[in-house]
Amino acid sequence: MKVLVPVKRVIDYNVKIRVKADNTGVETANVKMSMNPFDEISVEEAIRMKEAGTVEEIIVVSMGVQQCQETIRTALAMGADRGIHVKSDEDLEPLAVAKLLKAIVDKESPELVILGKQAIDDDSNQTGQMLAALLGWSQGTFVSKIELGDGSAKVTREVDSGLETIEVDLPTIVTVDLRLNEPRYASLPNIMKAKKKPIDEVAPADLGIDTAPRLQTLKVEEPPVRQAGVMVDSVAALVDKLKNEARVI
Amino acid sequence: MAILVIAEHDNANVQASTLNTVTAAAELSGHGAGDIVLLVAGSECAAAAEAAAKVAGVSKVLVADDAAQENALAENLASLVVGLAGDYSHILAPASTFGKNFLPRVAALLDVQQISEISAVVDGETFVRPIYAGNAMATVKSADPTKVITVRTTTFDPAPAEGGSGAVEPVDAGDDGGQSRFVERAESGGDRPELTTARVIISGGRGMGSGESFDLIEPIADKLGAAMGASRAAVDAGYVPNDWQVGQTGKVVAPELYVAIGISGAIQHLAGMKDSKVIVAINKDEEAPIFQVADYGLVADLFQALPELDAELAKILS
Repeated sequence: MKVLVPVKRVIDYNVKIRVKADNTGVETANVKMSMNPFDEISVEEAIRMKEAGTVEEIIVVSMGVQQCQETIRTALAMGADRGIHVKSDEDLEPLAVAKLLKAIVDKESPELVILGKQAIDDDSNQTGQMLAALLGWSQGTFVSKIELGDGSAKVTREVDSGLETIEVDLPTIVTVDLRLNEPRYASLPNIMKAKKKPIDEVAPADLGIDTAPRLQTLKVEEPPVRQAGVMVDSVAALVDKLKNEARVI
Repeated sequence: MAILVIAEHDNANVQASTLNTVTAAAELSGHGAGDIVLLVAGSECAAAAEAAAKVAGVSKVLVADDAAQENALAENLASLVVGLAGDYSHILAPASTFGKNFLPRVAALLDVQQISEISAVVDGETFVRPIYAGNAMATVKSADPTKVITVRTTTFDPAPAEGGSGAVEPVDAGDDGGQSRFVERAESGGDRPELTTARVIISGGRGMGSGESFDLIEPIADKLGAAMGASRAAVDAGYVPNDWQVGQTGKVVAPELYVAIGISGAIQHLAGMKDSKVIVAINKDEEAPIFQVADYGLVADLFQALPELDAELAKILS
């Protein structure tokens, strides 16, 4: 089976983000960028499937500026086989990304697409579900376990009330949650090998997709700051405050 | 044109998340968006539909009662909602795992860019939503003819569950596309309130040191009628199940009282609880960032403080 894994280049999760002074967005100049952590889990899962012999080829896709190729190289160094870079200097919204991915799926015919459940920059949590809808495929979201079967897959989903297991027909879309696996680090020899793996570059127009944004960002602001409170010196004092001052117990 | 709210329910009752979403819909109505219609899609869900009709501000309840809608499978539910969408200017669902699962499917089929997890309504087409785990707030304006929106439940008060008198109207539930099948659900939690609806939450972090030490929190949670939560560090360390996790990648909560025990206060945790009304932090590290957001902080060894807290509460609550 062939697996497609989309990966997004985002501000590294350890970076404390700063809102731009003119409120047009978040500062990205001279900020460390990395692969979206959920996408690393997707890549890892695809590689484990390949190691288990159920997957023959892993194609990694990233969309955006030239440097997205570094993100693709990271996935290739982990063990993916080849990359596709949809080059765009515009911000692409989830709907546009889903349409572009559909065009790639139509061309490559994977039986499984594994995506992160959300990107940690815009926190949209949409692309996988949208791609499933556009393809008319089944979906399993927020997944912490995947068991591939014959013509179907059993997935365990992390839902608000606990865990839910569903069976989905293949081909399918899976979006992954944190506890699915722990992604590996690429070894130096594999990083060297990844440099020789192919990356195709295409433009959204080559795929026949209109990526014009539907949302206009009017402003981006700092969240309201919570005022620090008081320190108490004993449990008794704490309980007294909660009862008589905050009146919450 | 009216507003369609997709109700989250358990066939007997509507969940609190539905009430928060109705409040967001009512704000849209205030900006001229029309009446609020609730969709209750389920199986043998007449009781939930009746409860939905009583929610204040709801003008009508559509009921799609069929086995095909029993487990809110995304494929079937999205196709039902898309079939109804023509009559509505806005389609809303709570930003719970229920809403997040199917609503982007609806948006894509309508060729609409969804607006995820709004935390405020500016007007009928402009909304505020958190990005970067709540470290920035974006104000966005939608150019799409239908606005498809998930609602961050913690930032909208629940609509009163009583007082409405909406008409209940059955609708065709659609066919079971058969692309996915429900297998099982494993719910944790037992008698405790759910994290997302609890009035009081007590969470433990890596400082708890083990799953067993969460036993120290239990009697306190019992006394306060609290839900128990955890930081990602505690979940990753295997102390407690993953659905206890509060944070950017877990649940976003805003109880009246949030007690953080042995939690340092990583950005990802703060993103999930900083809208709580009163925050208490107990940590032995006085430099812990959690103290910067806490209303009341206590620097103490939690293994001493927790039994003391239990004893103090026993005194005043008896």
